[in-house]
Amino acid sequence: MAVFQELKKGVLISLWFVFLTFPVMVIKVDPIARTVTWRWMNALYMAVGTFIIYTLVQFFIKRRGRSKPASTQKEAGSSVIHRLLDNPRRRAMLFVVLAVAAIAFPQLLSSYQTNVMTTALMYVVLGLGLNIVVGLAGLLDLGFVAFYAVGAYTYALLNHHFGLGFWTILPVGGLLAACFGILLGFPVLRLRGDYLAIVTLGFGEIIRLVLENWGEFSKGPSGISNIARPSLFGMELDLHGSIVFNYYLMVLFVIFTIFVVNRLQNSRLGRAWIALREDEIACQAMGIDKHRTKLVAFSLGAFWAGLMGVVFAGKTTFVNPASFTFMESAIILAIVVLGGMGSIVGVILGALILILMPEYLRGLSQYRMLAFGAILVCMMIFRPQGLIANIRRTYVYKKTPNDAQAS
Amino acid sequence: MTSQPILEVSGLTMDFGGIRALNALDLDVASGEIVALIGPNGAGKTTFFNCITGIYTPTEGNVWLTPPGGKKVSLNGLKPNKVTERGLARTFQNIRLFSKMTVLENVMIGRHCRTKAFILGAILRDPRTRREEQDILETSYAMLEKVGLAEHCDEFAENLSYGAQRRLEIARALATEPLLLLLDEPAAGMNPQETIELEGLIKKISREGQAILLIEHDMKLVMSLSDRIFVMDYGRKIAQGTPREIRENPAVIKAYLGEEVDA
Repeated sequence: MAVFQELKKGVLISLWFVFLTFPVMVIKVDPIARTVTWRWMNALYMAVGTFIIYTLVQFFIKRRGRSKPASTQKEAGSSVIHRLLDNPRRRAMLFVVLAVAAIAFPQLLSSYQTNVMTTALMYVVLGLGLNIVVGLAGLLDLGFVAFYAVGAYTYALLNHHFGLGFWTILPVGGLLAACFGILLGFPVLRLRGDYLAIVTLGFGEIIRLVLENWGEFSKGPSGISNIARPSLFGMELDLHGSIVFNYYLMVLFVIFTIFVVNRLQNSRLGRAWIALREDEIACQAMGIDKHRTKLVAFSLGAFWAGLMGVVFAGKTTFVNPASFTFMESAIILAIVVLGGMGSIVGVILGALILILMPEYLRGLSQYRMLAFGAILVCMMIFRPQGLIANIRRTYVYKKTPNDAQAS
Repeated sequence: MTSQPILEVSGLTMDFGGIRALNALDLDVASGEIVALIGPNGAGKTTFFNCITGIYTPTEGNVWLTPPGGKKVSLNGLKPNKVTERGLARTFQNIRLFSKMTVLENVMIGRHCRTKAFILGAILRDPRTRREEQDILETSYAMLEKVGLAEHCDEFAENLSYGAQRRLEIARALATEPLLLLLDEPAAGMNPQETIELEGLIKKISREGQAILLIEHDMKLVMSLSDRIFVMDYGRKIAQGTPREIRENPAVIKAYLGEEVDA
C-alpha cells in the first residue's frame, strides 16, 4: 500500500509541476505573427520527467534509510580513496600513477588542454587555502577572492611600474595577501557564522570596487596588460613552452600545498583550529588563544590565495577587476563544500570536478549555472559531508599510544 | 588543611545591568583540598566560575592564584585562555566537548597551553616539535587511562555515554596541569552507579594532590567528598565550614527549605 501512496504522491507532484511550468513551457506567443502556439507535448515531458526524478529521489532516500543500521561500521572506511590511502603499498602505487600522469599530461595533450588543467590546479590550491579557513577553523569566508586579487595586482603593478620579475614577487604577493588577511581578521575576530560571512563578503566587494574605481592606482576596469610570464632561470619561453612551464609550476605548487596543509592539519595548530570550529568557549577554557588562532587561519588561507594571484597574473599576462567577482569566491567555496570540508583529497577532487566539468561540457554552457545549482542541492541532500568526508579517527597516533603504554 | 591557599577570592561582585549576581564574595581553596560550592538554583555559582575563569569580567573584587612555592598572581581581567595558562582549569555544567574530534584529540587540546609548536614547527616537523607531539600524546593517553576512557580513545567524543563525556571533560581539564580544578556540577544527570564511579574518580584525583573546587547539587556526594563547603544564596555567601557545620547551620537550612512559619 505504501508504494501506491508514494505513486499517488508522485503523480500529484508532477501535475503540480506541470501547472507551475505551464506558462513557460506550454504557451508560446509569437508577437510578430500574432499567434499562440500550444506545445502540449512539453507538458507531457514535464510530467514524466518530474515523476521519474521524484521516484528516483524517493527510492534513494528509502534505500539509504534502510541501510542506516549497517552504516555505522561502514563509516570507518567510507570511501574507496580512503581505503586506497590507508594501505602504504597501494598508496605508493597511486602516487606513482598520479606522478606519471601529471608529467605526461602536457606532452600527450594539446596546449589548450594543458592550459585548462593549469587553471584547475590553481583552483585546487585556492580550495586548499580556503579549506584552512572554512574547513578547519570553521570561519565562513565569502570574500576569499579579495586576497587572490591582492596577489594578482601586487604582481601586475610591481611588474608594470618597476619591472620586477615573477619569482621576486611570488613571496611578496603571498605575504601581502597574508597581511590583508590579518587586516580583515582583526575587526571580525568576534564574529562567527552568518555575521562573519557578511563582513567578509563586504570586504571582497570593497577590494574589487577599489580596483575598479581608483583609476590612477589600478587603471580601473581596463586593467593592466603585458605582464611578464614566469621565466625559467632567466630564459624567456615561447607561448607553448610557457604554457607547459606554467603547468609544471602548478603541479609543484599543488604538491607543496598538499604537503604544508597536511602537516598543518595534523599539528597542534590544526587541532586548535578544529577545536575552535567545534566550540569557542571550551576552546578558550582549554587555554587556546582564540584571536591568535583565528588570525593565523585567516592569514595562512590568504597567503595561498596571494600566491595563486601572482601565478594567475603571470599566466594570463592581464588582470582586471572583472576576474575577482563574488562568483569566484562562491566557486572556491563550492569546491570546499562539495569536496568535503577539511578533507584534502576531497578539495582536490572538488576543484577538478567543478573547474573541468564546465570546460568539457561547453556545449551545455547555457545550462551551466543551472547544473551547478542542481548539483550543489543534490549534494546537500545526499551527501552533506561532501564527496569525501574528512576522517580523523584513524589518525597517525593509533600506534603511538600503544607504544606509550608499553614503555 | 592549614596549608597555604592556592586560590583566594575577595570581594568578588558581578552586576548584570541592575541585577547583582555576585555580592562581595570571599572564598579560598588550599592546596590538596576539595572545596564545594553549593546553593539553591540561581544562587550565582556558575557565574562565580565564569568570573574567576575570565569568561565574565567581574565588576569588582580580586582573584589571586598562588602556585606552590611561587608568587601570588592576580587573575583580574585576564582572558580565559590566560587564566587556564596560569593554572585554573574547568569543566562545564552543560558538557562542552569538541564533539567531532576523537576522545584522544579532545584531551590533546588540553595540552595546547603547555606546548609551543607553531606554524613553522608544524610545517618543518623538527625534532623538538616531534618530541613535543610525542609528549602530548603520552600525557593525553595517561589522562585517559586515569579516568578510564583509554579504550575509547579513537571514538568521536559525541558517541560517548553521558557519564563518559563528563569524565572526558575532567581528563581534558587535567591535561592542562591545573593548580586548581573547577568542576561545574560533575554529577548532573548521572545515574547512581555513574555518580559512585565519579566520586571514586574525584577522590583518586584528590589523593594525587590535586586541589578541587566543585559546584554540586547532589548533597550526598558533596558531604562525602568535601573538606570544606561554601554556601551561596542570592549572590551572597551565607555560610562556610566543614560538612558537619554546614549540615547544622540554620541559615543554610533556611535557604534550602524555607523559613519556619509560626502558626
